[in-house]
Amino acid sequence: MDTAEKVRAGLGKRYAAERRFRLFGMGAIVVALCFLVFLFASIIGNGYTAFQQTFIKITVHLESEVIDPRGQRDLHKLRTADYGALVKKSLRAQFPEVSGRRDKRKLYGMVSNGAAFDLQAMVMRDPDLIGKVLDVWVAADDDIDMLMKGHIDRGRPEAERRLKDLEVGWIDRLIADQRLEMRFNSAFFTAGDSREPELAGIWGAAVGSFYTLLVTLLLSFPIGVGAAVYLEEFAPRNRWTDIIEVNINNLAAVPSIVFGLLGLAVFINFFSLPRSAPVVGGLVLTLMTLPTIIIASRAALKSVPPSIRDAALGMGASKMQMVAHHVLPLALPGMLTGTIIGMAQALGESAPLLMIGMVAFIVDIPGGPFDPATVLPVQVYLWADSPERAFVERTSAAIMVLLGFLALMNTLAVFLRKKFERRW
Amino acid sequence: MTTPMLALVLLMLIVAAFEAGRRRAFHVAGNEFRSLHSRPRYYGSYTALWCIIPALLLLVLWLSLKEWVITSLVIAELPAALRSQSPGQLDLLVNDIRNQVATGGAAADALPAVAIAVDRYRDLQWLSYTAMWVAVLSAGIVGAGLAWRRIAPQFWARNRVEGIYKGLLLVCSTIAIFTTVGIVLSVLFESIRFFNAVPVLDFLTGLEWSPQTAIRSDQVGSSGSFGAVPLFAGTLLVSFVAMMVAAPVGLMSAIYLSEYASSRVRATAKPMLEILAGIPTVVYGYFAALTVAPMLRDTGAVLGLSVSSESALAAGLVMGIMIIPFVSSLSDDVINAVPQAMRDGSYALGATQSETVRRVILPAALPGIVGGLLLAISRAIGETMIVVMAAGLSANLTANPLESVTTVTVQIVTLLVGDQEFDSPKTLAAFALGLVLFLVTLLLNVIALHVVRRYREQYE
Amino acid sequence: MLDQADTIAMDVPPEADSGPTRAAGEEKKIKTTGRVTVNKPIITARDVNVRYGDKHAIKDVDIDIAYNEVLAMIGPSGCGKSTFLRCLNRMNDTVDIARVTGRIELEGHDIYDRKTDVVTLRARVGMVFQKPNPFPKSIYENVAYGPRIHGLARNQVELDEIVQTSLRKAGLWEEVNDRLEQPGTGLSGGQQQRLCIARTIAVSPDVILMDEPCSALDPIATAKIEELMDELKENYSIVIVTHSMQQAARVSQRTAYFHLGDLIEVGETERIFTNPRHKLTEDYLTGRFG
Ligand SMILES: Nc1ncnc2c1ncn2[C@@H]1O[C@H](COP(=O)(O)OP(=O)(O)OP(=O)(O)O)[C@@H](O)[C@H]1O
Ligand SMILES: [Mg+2]
Repeated sequence: MDTAEKVRAGLGKRYAAERRFRLFGMGAIVVALCFLVFLFASIIGNGYTAFQQTFIKITVHLESEVIDPRGQRDLHKLRTADYGALVKKSLRAQFPEVSGRRDKRKLYGMVSNGAAFDLQAMVMRDPDLIGKVLDVWVAADDDIDMLMKGHIDRGRPEAERRLKDLEVGWIDRLIADQRLEMRFNSAFFTAGDSREPELAGIWGAAVGSFYTLLVTLLLSFPIGVGAAVYLEEFAPRNRWTDIIEVNINNLAAVPSIVFGLLGLAVFINFFSLPRSAPVVGGLVLTLMTLPTIIIASRAALKSVPPSIRDAALGMGASKMQMVAHHVLPLALPGMLTGTIIGMAQALGESAPLLMIGMVAFIVDIPGGPFDPATVLPVQVYLWADSPERAFVERTSAAIMVLLGFLALMNTLAVFLRKKFERRW
Repeated sequence: MTTPMLALVLLMLIVAAFEAGRRRAFHVAGNEFRSLHSRPRYYGSYTALWCIIPALLLLVLWLSLKEWVITSLVIAELPAALRSQSPGQLDLLVNDIRNQVATGGAAADALPAVAIAVDRYRDLQWLSYTAMWVAVLSAGIVGAGLAWRRIAPQFWARNRVEGIYKGLLLVCSTIAIFTTVGIVLSVLFESIRFFNAVPVLDFLTGLEWSPQTAIRSDQVGSSGSFGAVPLFAGTLLVSFVAMMVAAPVGLMSAIYLSEYASSRVRATAKPMLEILAGIPTVVYGYFAALTVAPMLRDTGAVLGLSVSSESALAAGLVMGIMIIPFVSSLSDDVINAVPQAMRDGSYALGATQSETVRRVILPAALPGIVGGLLLAISRAIGETMIVVMAAGLSANLTANPLESVTTVTVQIVTLLVGDQEFDSPKTLAAFALGLVLFLVTLLLNVIALHVVRRYREQYE
Repeated sequence: MLDQADTIAMDVPPEADSGPTRAAGEEKKIKTTGRVTVNKPIITARDVNVRYGDKHAIKDVDIDIAYNEVLAMIGPSGCGKSTFLRCLNRMNDTVDIARVTGRIELEGHDIYDRKTDVVTLRARVGMVFQKPNPFPKSIYENVAYGPRIHGLARNQVELDEIVQTSLRKAGLWEEVNDRLEQPGTGLSGGQQQRLCIARTIAVSPDVILMDEPCSALDPIATAKIEELMDELKENYSIVIVTHSMQQAARVSQRTAYFHLGDLIEVGETERIFTNPRHKLTEDYLTGRFG
């Protein structure tokens, strides 16, 4: 056989192998993308219902004997009055046939604990309401919410259900009376954390994330840019500079949890900074994001053409003036892009924050970077650990919000890059 | 006076120093304003900087030392009976005193000695505050004054100012070093204390891990329950599963994207893969725990296998998904660095595309790919949230991915989250684990970065 | 004024005196043909050596630059013209591996002295580069930059004036006076180079160094710049590196020929072009050189 024949003989097999290989490649991409789709589908499928919440209309009499027996309109008295009793009374009025302690407790459990706070807030806002009879929509208990959303199956035997037939009957009656309705779940966006799913919101975590990122940004941007400028424009080429460079590259690959250990040992135990505070979180995340920002900033500085530097120096500008007047302005968009990407990383980071106590259960909205707080991803972690079924959808919804923020930041980075991209 | 007001005073002082420096420059120059070496505002900046720097340095120094000084003074004045308590109890007492100071005075039920200490503490605090501001403001004035006196036409103010700025930039660039040193010191110190209680060998070779037993204070941690081998094994198992997913999928997609895909496919598929990289790990963890683990358990049940609901498989699988884009983008870079001439040479011999990839490109790119995979492994080992949420807590020594295992990072988190007693071996063990984690990942990173760098230089 | 007999005014220093800059065993110094000194120099360079690491790029060059003259530097590529030019305003400081030794004086002051501020030096010895490199800012800002950083204008009116005169001197005012706010990078290549010249003269330097200022330009733009140089030499000394013999002949009064880091021959331009004395100069000028 001559060469051509030999080649031809093997050709079929070789092409089959070629097709197989190609198919593997395509398969890999498809698999990766399927994972992506599956992940999003699972999160969105679980989470979209959290934006709705079941509400119950109760008719309350804001009795002045209960709220303000002396009629003094004393704010402190108004605040501490027993609004819960009013809610219970209205429920009893709604279902007069309920008797027995057990059943009554079940009845009171139909509406959220938050109902009393709603009434309190209403009265505090407008004390003239005292004495009136009002229809108020209050959040239903999370079990009812779950039933309405189909996560508790009416078809299952009563013993296996969290809601018994009695309660289901009440709910049906409320529905028939048009006293039960799905509404937009604003508490989810405005409330802090809570043990009660129907009262739990992400606002506290969002504010915590905000303060943490603020501290991170204020520290890491100037330091990162400063370091990049020094290394790129001023540093002599020597061992010391090499050590710094190797260090930065290595830090970029150190596991995030190690930074948490550093934060715990140095910031909390050594410097006695407060636990759970966004400042400490910000400090830790600063150290973590610095390598990203430095590396991106150096790339941005490198892309500024040397002729600009020559021009400035040739005019008699000092090196510092050259950097400040010409090089930095041109490199800034690239640096900002890198910084935003670093901030996005910081926003999604949770492991090191667990170490410094940002996992505490915190109801109050933090008022500043020194208040105890948690952050969005850690809130996700906390809720994911909660046993109540209603937290599943809230966790997923919180993830959706988190991903939304990340998408926003990355879009901004891409936009900046596109807008200021310069070809020299 | 309040802190904001004092800060304002300092600020005004700085502005005044600037103005004074500038004016003096004009003054010493007389009419011959071009005889000045630098522009007048540099003389202003010089004076202002010499106001700011001493003041701030003193402020920082004072703030970081004052707590320690005050506490030592207060402790020294405590009655001997209180002072001679064990360090732990003394710490508690000091905390108590601080709390009472913070809440506005000695509690009604406080011991007389404690009440005195509280008052003393408060007095010292006030004294320190006053003295601090006096010292800070004086330092500013003195610094600015000295700088002011040096101003002369032939004084190189611009160079001095820029020198200071350059120094600041240098400091910025050394933060990376301080971070590394900080990491090493913080994990090392606590680890050494841990190894005083638990011998290193027991830690590194012990087969049993149950730190909870050592929580009682009367028990020393040398009960042999700090054997970390099950954690190392668990970490390796999960990382192995992850790499079994990420390496083939990541590598094949990189090959497909760089060698086969049309530019349109590449333009859409690449950013999509990058989305995977941008998803926070806590989301992956939740996905693993909520969706993947139950799915695996149900599938296992159908097949007659018992899959733990916190199996290494679920955590590893999801971790693998997370690492796919990491592997693929690193491999993509590496494959693109292979010179076109090599491909051409192979095609000219009549090789098919896949033959070229397998016989020419992959061997040429191998060092780079290995480097990338090492980085990916380091990532997998250090990954925390996915395993915290989806892997278990029980330290099983097993190679079966269907069972539940625990990892180094999971244990660090569980040991340190929640109420912790400092100094207990249980807490210190977390730092020892952290040390191991840091060293192993550091080693992997150094090797990987070195290999990748060498590879790049080869084709540059 | 320069036309005395072309004797070698510089004494070749005896071997022993050649200073620590030259290691033993290095090739012997090549004597420069022609007179390197002038009567009233603004810049005097003596024993200038430049090394890039191991590469010896400039070898023992001595030369003076007079007031109000255009000195052309010619020579084959890589012979060190740019390197020498960049020594004159210490632009070589920006190259890490460059080592400059020897003595260069600007009006009697050693420019490499520790007491000389490089910024002040560069304000007095301006530079125009081979490729036009306006700042990516407006035309106005380009010209105003120098006066601003050096504090040459007390107020906006003075600054405007400086900008206008500089643009006029650079022959650009008519073309750009209606679009001073537009970016300098939007001008044509020739206009950009004239903008760079305007930017340089806005600082009113004493010497202007030009490194192949016309190599990126077309003949018309080149002609304009050459015209401009002729005018500028009334107020400034100009040192120009060029690869065009014609250009050197047209614009310069004196010409220096470099070869592999040595200054081979210096003299009046007319004399060099009509009657080169050194074999290498002759070869280069007649095109016999590689
Ligand atoms: N930054 C540098 N690093 C190392 N060597 C350099 C550097 N700059 C120039 N050289 C070397 O110094 C020698 C002189 O270079 P120079 O640029 O001065 O030549 P030139 O005469 O200007 O050439 P051309 O006419 O091509 O511009 C050359 O051999 C060059 O390779
Ligand atoms: Mg040149």
